[in-house]
This record gives sequence, structure tokens and C-alpha cells, in this order.
Amino acid sequence: MTIRKNQAALTSEEKRAFVAALLELKRTGRYDRFVTTHNGFIMSDTDSGDRVGHRSPSFLPWHRRFLLEFEAALQEVDPAVALPYWDWTADRTARSSLWAADFLGGTGRARDGQVLDGPFAYAAGKWEIAVRVDGRSYLRRALGTGVAQLPTRAEVDAVLAMPVYDAAPWNSSSAGFRNNLEGWRGANLHNRVHVWVGGQMATGVSPNDPVFWMHHAFIDKLWADWQALHPQSPYLPAAGTANVVDLNDTMRPWNDVTPADMLDHRKFYTFDTEPAPVPAGAAASQR
Amino acid sequence: MNKITRRQALSATAGALTALGLAGATAHAAVTGSRSAAPATPAGTVDEVYQGRRIRIVPASDSGGGHGGHHGGHQAPGQPTVFIDGRELHVMRNADGSWISVVNHYETFSGPLPLARAAVRELQGAALVPMGGM
Repeated sequence: MTIRKNQAALTSEEKRAFVAALLELKRTGRYDRFVTTHNGFIMSDTDSGDRVGHRSPSFLPWHRRFLLEFEAALQEVDPAVALPYWDWTADRTARSSLWAADFLGGTGRARDGQVLDGPFAYAAGKWEIAVRVDGRSYLRRALGTGVAQLPTRAEVDAVLAMPVYDAAPWNSSSAGFRNNLEGWRGANLHNRVHVWVGGQMATGVSPNDPVFWMHHAFIDKLWADWQALHPQSPYLPAAGTANVVDLNDTMRPWNDVTPADMLDHRKFYTFDTEPAPVPAGAAASQR
Repeated sequence: MNKITRRQALSATAGALTALGLAGATAHAAVTGSRSAAPATPAGTVDEVYQGRRIRIVPASDSGGGHGGHHGGHQAPGQPTVFIDGRELHVMRNADGSWISVVNHYETFSGPLPLARAAVRELQGAALVPMGGM
């Protein structure tokens, strides 16, 4: 069973293996297809039309499925690899070991934002940005520039305390846990982290930066933590909602998976620190 | 960033924020030099040079064929088209009336013009890739 660990707790060997698997997916072209898929959804998901990957209730199950597919691709390269998560409430500065040269490399230089160290620096020759929205083919970051502070634990806990999963109109203006976690409303959690990293992470082609996966693995963990806190709170909406993925609707682009299939992460992986188990009755009531 | 065209330089000198009645891709600015005449709302056309880059915002009703087919039919109607140096910037209006673009997709702006200016700053002189050209 895959165990997703806090990136701060990875051994040197685990970091090396994760980086090597990323570079291999990049070399074969498989990595860039994930970037293309994400950008396609982020540009087509709209508040007033069809919305699947973002600004909608399925933001969380969609990204859970997207990360599962990516993690499976990594594991085809190296079965020992699992996606780490980045708890940005704890590792909240550019001095974190996350940004060291033996892992993701650091922030970009002032002149052009180019990341100059680590395995994903352009000069290292193995990480050309191919799926892009502008002419620049090097990985860029501006840690802490677009917004000064990452979310705090207290801000996260306030969102985790929200008992209702999502609410009409099921988009970026909604109340509820999902939209406050996604960040279009309230303290701004997920969106703010993208802006804090800067560079490609602030754009529609954000998976160009490998930290994308670790950011979303933590968002995914926060969903699991929320479920443990609110075992009686179901995914919403349940059925019959125009333009929105209901509990038992299939999600593009896979078309064979529903939010209901994604509710229990323990079917696929566990975390190094698991939240308290969800009572069986609560899980069963979703199906 | 250091290279701006003669037209851009002239336009910037005469007054950066300009209202236009034309929507053609190569239309030259009918410079008014009047900031108050520049509509910054989605309904207006904007033409300005900002940090050496030409920003044009064309209302939805005038955008012609330059906007079709990029959104898979999901895009809400009535939104303007934003160009930076003639290349279209993918933009989106949020339910609360704020705006995002493909180069600032997790940060909201109060309108298409602040959004376009943020994109210019983000691009640091780089050219947009033509939409649908990836």
C-alpha cells in the first residue's frame, strides 16, 4: 500500500528516487501530458458553465483522481515512490529543505524568475518547459513575492471546521468547505499557495513545477482530515445539478470514475499521519 | 522589455490610455490623451502601452473572429478579448465579477485592464503563445 509522507520527513534516498522518477516521466513525454490536461480543464472550467476540475464541488475528487494517475505513472518508473505532501503551514519559508538543491531547488533569480539550482533548473538540461503559455522554456519561481505569507495552521483549522462540504451555486462564489479550501472565498488556502510560489505555479500550466503535486497532495490530505472531523457531512450536491458533477456522475476526462469512488482515500493510499477513521456508517451512506 | 516599437513609443508619449472605436488587429490608436475617456469596464475598448507592451481590450460584441473556438463552447458570452502585443490572453470572469487570466490563474483582479497589466508584469517581456497553439 502506498504511504504518502510529509516531504520534510523524506530521507535523502526517498528524495533522490522521487526526483529520478519525475525526470524519467519528463524524458518520455508522459509528464507533459499531465500539464496539458490540467491546463485544458483550468481554461474550460467556468462559473457559469461546465466545471469539473476547478471552482466546483469536484475540485477535490478530480484532483484526487488526477494525482492517483500521476502517482501510478511514477510507480511504473519506481514502485517504491509515493507522492509526498507539502504542509505549507509548517514549512512556510523559502529556507525550507523542500527548496534545497537536493530536492526541488530554490526560488528564481530576480531578473527573469529562472530557477538556477536543483534538478529542475533549465541549465541542468532535463526540465524544459514545453507546455507553456508564453515563450519562456525555463522553470520559474518567485517564492513569497506574489503574496507574502503562506496560510497559517489557524487559517487551515478554521476552514476544516466548516461542516458543509459545498453549497449552491457550486462555483467560486460558494460558501462551504470546498470553496474556502480552494481559496476563491475566505482566508484563501489553495489558491494563495499557487500565488506564493509564483512562476509557472501561478499559471494554468502549474503542474510544470513539481511542487504542484506536493501542494495538491496536502490539499488532498486536508480533505481527508475534514472528513474525519465531519463524518456525517456528505459530498454535495447529491444529484440533478446542471453543469456540476454530482456524487454519482462521472468525471471528465476519465468518464469512468465518480466523486463517490474517490471519497475514501484509504482504498488507494494512506498518509503517514492518518486522521481518525471515518465511521463505517458515514461512508456507507454515500453509496 | 527594452525594445519598444516606434508606434508604441509614440503612443506612450502621447498618452498611455487611449479609447478606440476600431477593433481591427492592426488598428492604430486614435490618440486622445485623455485618461478619463478610457473605458476600463468590460463594455469598453482599451488600447494602451504599459511597460512597453501594447494592451488591447476589445468588447465581446466587436471581437469578431478572433475569439472563437478556444473555450470548447463553455465560455460565458459577453466577455471581452484581451490582447498583449497582438496575442490573445486567455481570460475568465468569476461569478463575483472579478477576473483571472491564464498567467495569473489563482489570483483575482477587479477588471480586464488590471488583469492585463498584471499579465504584462508576469511576462517580463516574454511573448504569449498563441491560444490553441500548444
